[in-house]
Formats: sequence, C-alpha cells, structure tokens
Amino acid sequence: MATIFNDTQMTEFKRLVARYPEGKQKSALLPALHLAQESFGGWLSTESLDYVASLLQIEPIEVYEVATFYSMYNLKPVGKFVFEVCQTGPCMVSGSDNIIDYIKKTLDIKPGETTKDGLFTLKLVECLGACGYAPMMQVGKIYKEHLTKEKVDSIIADYRAQAANN
Amino acid sequence: MGVKLLLDKANVPGIRTYEVYRREGGYRAVEKALKEMTTDAIVEEVKKSGLRGRGGAGFPTGMKWSFIAKPEGVPRHLVCNADESEPGTFKDRYLMEFLPHLLIEGLIISSFALGSNDTYIYIRGEYAWIPDILEEAINEAKAAGWLGKNILGTGFDCNIHVQRGGGAYICGEETALIESLEGKRGNPRIKPPFPAIQGLWMRPTVVNNVETLAAIVPIINMGGDEYAKIGVGKSTGTKLISACGNINNPGVYEIDMTITVEEFIYSDEYCGGIKDGKKLKACIPGGSSVPILPANLLLTTAKGEPRYMNYESLSDGGFATGSMLGSGGFIVLDEDQCIVKNTYTLARFYRHESCGQCSPCREGTGWMEKILQKIETGKGEMSDIDLLWDIQRKIEGNTICPLGDAASWPVAAAIRHFRDEFEWHVKNPELSQTSNFGLQHYADPIHVPA
Repeated sequence: MATIFNDTQMTEFKRLVARYPEGKQKSALLPALHLAQESFGGWLSTESLDYVASLLQIEPIEVYEVATFYSMYNLKPVGKFVFEVCQTGPCMVSGSDNIIDYIKKTLDIKPGETTKDGLFTLKLVECLGACGYAPMMQVGKIYKEHLTKEKVDSIIADYRAQAANN
Repeated sequence: MGVKLLLDKANVPGIRTYEVYRREGGYRAVEKALKEMTTDAIVEEVKKSGLRGRGGAGFPTGMKWSFIAKPEGVPRHLVCNADESEPGTFKDRYLMEFLPHLLIEGLIISSFALGSNDTYIYIRGEYAWIPDILEEAINEAKAAGWLGKNILGTGFDCNIHVQRGGGAYICGEETALIESLEGKRGNPRIKPPFPAIQGLWMRPTVVNNVETLAAIVPIINMGGDEYAKIGVGKSTGTKLISACGNINNPGVYEIDMTITVEEFIYSDEYCGGIKDGKKLKACIPGGSSVPILPANLLLTTAKGEPRYMNYESLSDGGFATGSMLGSGGFIVLDEDQCIVKNTYTLARFYRHESCGQCSPCREGTGWMEKILQKIETGKGEMSDIDLLWDIQRKIEGNTICPLGDAASWPVAAAIRHFRDEFEWHVKNPELSQTSNFGLQHYADPIHVPA
C-alpha cells in the first residue's frame, strides 16, 4: 500500500497541523499517526513513520519513540477488524474472561494473532472507560458493550457479511 | 432526589444540539461571565464555590487558577484533561457524549478567566467517536458567536481544539498530558516548574478535568456561595459517580455528597443493590488506584459511624481503615469475586501503563504483577505476600509522578484487608483454582438487603 496521503487525507493532515502555533507542528504527531494508520491499512510500517516525520519536518526517531510508546499504534499488520477486548478489573469481575475465551475458540486464534483469512485480529487491552457496560471491546472507532456469547456471534457474522460485500 | 447541576438536562431530547441546549438556558453563564464579570471576579466565584478538581486529586480549582503566571507577551493556555483512563471511571465520557455544550460552555468561561485564546481538549484516543461530537458542538458554538474572534464584543478571542491521545493511562497526569500534547512520549515532568508557570510549550498552563470545567457553568449561574451550600464541609457541589461491577444498575450518577454509601449501593435511584441477590464483598470507591475496602469498612467507618459519599468521609480512618473518593469510579465486588485475581488484573494494568522513567515503578510494577500471577495460579509461597508488601512500600513516594503510588495502593490495601484470602490461595494451590474464598469470616458484619 502506498505510503502517501491522497488529497483528502492531506487536507485533513493540514487541518491537524493548523491547530497549533507556528513552529509547534510536532504537536500534531499523535493525530497524524492516527491518520496515517487509518490511511495505510490499519498499521504503521517504518515507511509510514518516516513519511509522517518528513511531513512534520522532525527526525524519524522522534516519531519512532512516540509510535512505540502508545498502545493504539499497530507496528505490524493486523486483520481488517481488530477486536480489542478489555481485561482489566471492572471488566474481569463482569465476566470478560468468558468472552475472551469464547472469541479465542470461535476465531481459533490467540491474543495477538490474526485469522488466516486476514479478517480478525484479537488484542487484549487494558481499561477503555466502559466499565459500566462491561464486558466490552473496541472495534475500530466503535465500542461493542454488554457482550454476551450470542452478541459476539452476531458481531462476527456482521463483519463477515460486511467483508463479503466489499 | 438529590440536587442535579450537571445532569439535570441530560434526558431532554436533542440536548446534544446547540438549539436545544440554548433553549434550555445554555450559554447564559457565558453571557453573564463575559458581559458582567471581570476575570478576577470569575476566579473569586470559583474559589468561593469550594470546587475541587474532579479528576481524582481533589485540589481546589480556584486556587489552581490563581497560580497561573501572567508574564507580559506570553500566551497562556487552558487544557481540558479528557484522558479519562482510571479503571472504573467513565463519567467524563458521558458528559462529552451527551452534554458536549455544557463542557464547551465551561471551557469558554474558564478560557476567558485564565486568558487562554487557544484552548485544547486532550481526549483519550480510544474515545474515537467523541471528537466528532465535540467538534460539531464547537462549530455550532462558533457559528452562534460564542467562540472565535471578539466574543460578545468583549475583545476576547477563543478557539477550542480537540486532540486525540494514543492510548496511555499516564497521559492523565497533567505534565505527561502536556508532553503528549507537544507530540512526545507521555513521560511526566519533574515539578517544579509547575504547569501554571511553564506548561504547554513552556507557557503558563492550567490543566483541568472535564467534570471540573463543566461545573464552572452552574457556579457562574448560581454564584459560588450558593454552590458551596450544596454538599457538606469541603465536599461542595455535586459529584459524578460512575458505578460498575456487580450491581443491578451500573451507570453514571450525579450525587450531592450528602448520601451514605449504603444508600448509594442499595437504593433503586442509584446502584439498585448487588446483582443476582448476592452479598457485597468489597468495593473500590474512587477508581482502581484507591484502597479497596471490605464491605464492613465501606459501609461504616472504624468508629462505627455511617460512611458518606464524599471526600472526607470516604477517607476517614486514613489508609488503615478508609479509602478515597478519587475520580468517582465506584467498583463493586460481590461475594463470588476473588480479591487476589482482581488485584492481579490491576497490577497488570499498572505495569502496562508505567512510562518506564523511574526504576521503582518500572521494575516494581512488573514484579508485583508476576508475584500476584504466581499466587493467583496456585504457585505462590507465604513469603510472596510479604515480598509484595515490601515492593509496594518501595515504590510509593519514590517516583516522579503519582502512578507509582497508584500502583502501590491497591496491592497494599488488598493485603491489609484480605491477607487471609492471599494465605488461603497459598495454602490451597489446587482448591483455589476451582473455587473461591468467598466471604468466609467477612460474612458477619456484611449488609444483607432486607
């Protein structure tokens, strides 16, 4: 996948940079990495990181140290749909272990792995701020809450259908 | 029904839009503050209100504002801390998602009072759909003349920008948040200098929590003195509590800090009691960092008095027998929950979120996680319990930022109040894998709903 923003993405990038005072464009780094990840297939290759560095006119190392620090940046390829399941205290006491086991069994993958068809990746994450609606997971920009086995089944079926239609 | 100042309009259909929010009396506080009050008078009202930071530390907001340096020719900034990441806490999310204009209104007044022409909302990256809601509200407010240049003819210019984080609990710490906003790793800074002197881009900066800034609106509308009459002692006004765990009605509640913990848990107006008719075992009343309390010490203080949902009462008895109101993340555990396992997941959380800057936290959180996992999986030894205690003692107070303390307190409190459950795990390596310690001797003083 080409690691160059198209016109729409470049317009968004310029909007991000314009939020900060002159000479403080580095502040746009975190949002720019989110944009790059969304634009370049859900993960950030070294080429993508170098590209963001060149756009912000900062050293590549300044981008690497940020990309490796924050948990939302994927530094290796992921499936089309990433299931980020919360496993912290409040979700755990509400039964997240059972949901995690069920997803592992249903998709036949371990945490950190992607299904053979490239559709699903399972990631175990720490508290996402949805403790009252536990168990839960994030998929892309969306939270899927009050998870049950049945709900997991229908979520997986929906994404499979969505992928088949594209 | 207690007083509601923040969520009183939460159920009005369409309150998320400017039109409805304005019709319901929104932006009156901006009019009042910008047209009738000086910046000093606004700070004075906030001081009088007794408002304390709603992010967890509870520092008086008016005092924090009065510290901001005003060197000639140097821009100042207000930063809204929307990095809500403390396990058990999801109140700011609710405010931003359903009442975005309340936050924007509070931000305009606060920006005016502090002299911030460019104000930033730093929101945790995982709340990925909320920036769109906030930006829409900002655009609506701008179109209506509440933001932009020369607001209400006062000569005051203000823009609000929303920035997403990248997924790091530590960025809720204000200096780490500032670093992150500058496009760096979230490593907390050594204080002093405090952000009020040198914060964002080394300019004077105030960082306030979402709920704190939203509370500015009722304070301006009703006046600081009236606001201070709500609540009790130094716990003035209302507080949002996000309740979760094994209760019938998890969710976000606004309380006026005069109700008892017992009422909060068992009343149908709030948590609605323990789920499936089970018994209450323990509770972490103010977000995962604060000490866990067994049911008896949660409902009554060591002196035998009822415990209330406010700053003073929840911390009555210090850490020996009390806890903290913290961020208001109220996590309830029923009789089936395992304290060792719960503590293990929290220790794992803090290990994952340690920035790695200070050795006691970077190394200590990893050790605590490993030892707790060892005990939880039936491989623990009695000496491990003392080792855990020793490690947490060596982290607490020995780090640049409070994450070290936040990681130590849950472990310390779990051992302090539930040591016999840890010992039971060690003595019963096999049984502990298939059954739970349950309530055991805690059963006696535990409240059983009528």
